[in-house]
Amino acid sequence: MQVKKTGCRLEVNGEVAECLVSPMTTLCEALRYELRLTGTKQGCDKGDCGACTVLIDGAPHLACLTLALTAQGRSIQTVEGLARGAEAHPLQDAFDRFGAAQCGFCTPGILMSAAALLEANPAPTRAEIQEALGGNLCRCTGYTKILDAIEDAARALDRRREAAAAALS
Amino acid sequence: MMTRAPHVEGAPRSPLHLPALHESAWLHASGEAVYVDDLPTPPGTLVGYVVASPVARGRITRLEVAAARALPGVACVLTAADIPGINDISPFSHDEPLLAVDEVFCVGQSVAVIFADSAARCREAAKAVVLEIEALPAILTLDEAIARQSWIGQPHTMRRGDVAAAFAASPVQIEGEVRTGGQDHFYLESHCALAYPQEAGSYLVLSSTQHPSEVQAKCAEVLGIDRHRVTVETRRMGGGFGGKETQGAYFAAMAALGARATRKPCKIWLNRDQDMTQTGKRHPFMSRYRAGFAADGELRSFEVDIYADGGWSADLTTAILDRALFHLDNAYFIPNLRFTGRACRTHLVSNTAFRGFGGPQGMAVIEEAMNTAAERLGMDYAAIRARNYYGESPRDRTPYDQEVKAAHNRLRRITDQLLRDADYDARKADIDAFNAQSPLVKRGLGFQPVKFGISFTNSVLNQAGAFVLIYADGSVQLNHGGTEMGQGLNTKMLAICAHELGVRLDQIRHMPTATDKVPNTSATAASSGSDLNGMAVLAACQTLRERLAPVAAGLLKVEPGAALTFCDGQVFPEGEPARAVSFAQVATAAYLQQISLAATGFYRTPDIGYDHAAGRGKPFHYYAYGAALTEVEVNALTGEHRVTRVDILHDVGDSLVPTIDVGQVEGGYIQGLGWLTREELVWSPQGVLRTHSPDTYKIPAYGDAPRDFRVQLLQGAPQPDVVHGSKAVGEPPFMLALGVLAALRHAIGAWCPGQPVRLGVPATPEAVLRAVEDARARG
Repeated sequence: MQVKKTGCRLEVNGEVAECLVSPMTTLCEALRYELRLTGTKQGCDKGDCGACTVLIDGAPHLACLTLALTAQGRSIQTVEGLARGAEAHPLQDAFDRFGAAQCGFCTPGILMSAAALLEANPAPTRAEIQEALGGNLCRCTGYTKILDAIEDAARALDRRREAAAAALS
Repeated sequence: MMTRAPHVEGAPRSPLHLPALHESAWLHASGEAVYVDDLPTPPGTLVGYVVASPVARGRITRLEVAAARALPGVACVLTAADIPGINDISPFSHDEPLLAVDEVFCVGQSVAVIFADSAARCREAAKAVVLEIEALPAILTLDEAIARQSWIGQPHTMRRGDVAAAFAASPVQIEGEVRTGGQDHFYLESHCALAYPQEAGSYLVLSSTQHPSEVQAKCAEVLGIDRHRVTVETRRMGGGFGGKETQGAYFAAMAALGARATRKPCKIWLNRDQDMTQTGKRHPFMSRYRAGFAADGELRSFEVDIYADGGWSADLTTAILDRALFHLDNAYFIPNLRFTGRACRTHLVSNTAFRGFGGPQGMAVIEEAMNTAAERLGMDYAAIRARNYYGESPRDRTPYDQEVKAAHNRLRRITDQLLRDADYDARKADIDAFNAQSPLVKRGLGFQPVKFGISFTNSVLNQAGAFVLIYADGSVQLNHGGTEMGQGLNTKMLAICAHELGVRLDQIRHMPTATDKVPNTSATAASSGSDLNGMAVLAACQTLRERLAPVAAGLLKVEPGAALTFCDGQVFPEGEPARAVSFAQVATAAYLQQISLAATGFYRTPDIGYDHAAGRGKPFHYYAYGAALTEVEVNALTGEHRVTRVDILHDVGDSLVPTIDVGQVEGGYIQGLGWLTREELVWSPQGVLRTHSPDTYKIPAYGDAPRDFRVQLLQGAPQPDVVHGSKAVGEPPFMLALGVLAALRHAIGAWCPGQPVRLGVPATPEAVLRAVEDARARG
């Protein structure tokens, strides 16, 4: 059975991109194979490992369970859009410094879940981080360094907000 | 994209023995790190799909692919008949066809491979392949294999003393059976390979593999060409853990076959279900043992028959069985013993290397004996272990007669320091007090020492090569035979290279592992990656420094042979950094003086060997040591349990890069915890894997991380004759997790004081609930 491909217009990391997809193409596949944004990983293909986590309108979504066509008209953020130009996101910086990535394959999805968490809850407890990251699997690290890194990034973001507030006043 | 040197700010000049970022840290965090499936492919690249056997054992009565081949978008459907070379993908035993011929031996065995222009078309084509199999009786359990004497290879036996007499004379006699389950590797990146046809019948294969040289050899054999026509390259893996030691060759060889048939690039990526269904796992083991203990807890005799479930083909099973036998002693001297190991052939996926490589399965047996003896004797779990440690002669001989050098045996030191730092006695007293007043929730504390032998037990594999290139601008390319799977090998090799050449880390580019740079390499396995490749890198860099020293002396206007310091991108007469010239100046001058700026390095581990028939020898260069103290809490109503605190003290010698080593210790422990308490492979009565994705197969998640996790590396413990005094770290920490079983037994035992606890593995909540109910019924 051959399914006709249709145009799909996606706003990813602030830029609009167009590609051809079938109705069954997942957002994960469209990002990786059509738009060549391969930071989003395909780990289990059924929403259980979290490696494909992206933000859609600011909320974490599993790109492997999201059809590309249904993501049209919404704002998608992937790991490639996490840094601001040359400035690393505090989460990326903390992941580097804490050694929170070993093989690195789960890292983009974890960063996106964590970014969404810190946006919604700037000062999460460790238990809240564990809860928010419950859908992301890592096979290398044992998780401790990831949790430490997210806590550190939360503090860095807090300092950044304080500095911004001080600059305004 | 921004780049960042892998430095830690403020670090002194040589990066050796200092914390460092992972070599790919920024690439990981930015999403820029490339895995095989991330590589841009040219238009026209085909994707592959494996048609696998749905039957555990049977005769292929019909295999027709013409209809599938005729579908639109399908480039080829390849079967065994399309293999121009040798249809064998086994590492050495020649019992494993890449594509089935006449018979199938497990569910998931590859029968045909389809290449088409999309995965969807592959799936359509797979439905059009006519595959009829007449089912034959299959052996699906270890017990059945033992009963029917379905063996792989020969038995392996070690003996010492008079085991029967010693057992008969022992006041505490224990007989039991230990079963440990399989484990899926669950690397987050599933298997993937991409093959490009090149000119003159040559191929470039990009493979997610721990063993590029074997992938090269297997591709060449399957294609019927010499190895020099196949180049295999591996930049990084998204996890390996042993699962990509032999298993990657399948998919690489299939991709290469596709590239030969179609003259187009061909890629195979397995989705999770395919990966879990089609590739091998940790070997399940079953052991029957008899252990005799003295009244003070001394182990007097130990007799073990140990059986490994190899699955349908040999793969690495006999070597894994060997390592299980080599670790039946763990850290303990056994005066009288007989160990016999047998590998069994069943009709399940062919089990393969997995971190520990049989070591964990072997240790689990003696640890069960220790736990049972402690419970029978009313002894402390830690005390009975320390009572039996290797010591001075004659208590320094392993069952295979290798000396456990007392001068290098750090277990007593580790044990004393860990139990003191972790406040063992006070915490144990607190837990016993807590348990006495808590009817439904109990806590437990489990101490676990580990001694793990380092070297490939097939001694010939203990060799490695490196190839270091200096360009005339002073920049360096580093190649070695090891592969990066997240364990931080490349970070360590960069530190050694920077130290030896005296360059900054940002002057070195770590190249992908490639068979056209370093030939005939061993797998990155057996925890040996940094020991072997580190020595090879060191040798190559020393050769280059010796060539550069006279050039630098000339630039510095000192006598040739004067002592020079190469450090941090500078070269200067010893003690006179103000006179430095740059490394780049020296490299340029060397080029102008027509001096070779590329060198290879090679290393082989000296003085090791093993006589298999005699069960005697020195298979290991040295031993790695460590100990863990695990605290758990168990709920009697649900069987749920969690690890509340873990203290680890691990010996990595003088750590090459301590941050990397701590990561290995933490990750290894958690993976072991998963094997022992969470991960359960369930097979249907027909041999179909039921738990083939993370919805049913549960690896540890965030909630399983210990609330309090304290990892220390043993300080001031350099290892002689290993690169810069370091020690291997990949596998040993996995076995530290065995302590969770003692911890659970301590907790569960509070419901049946003075009686042994009967706890199965994996100690899932269901298994713990059964053990608690059993204990409460007896208590």
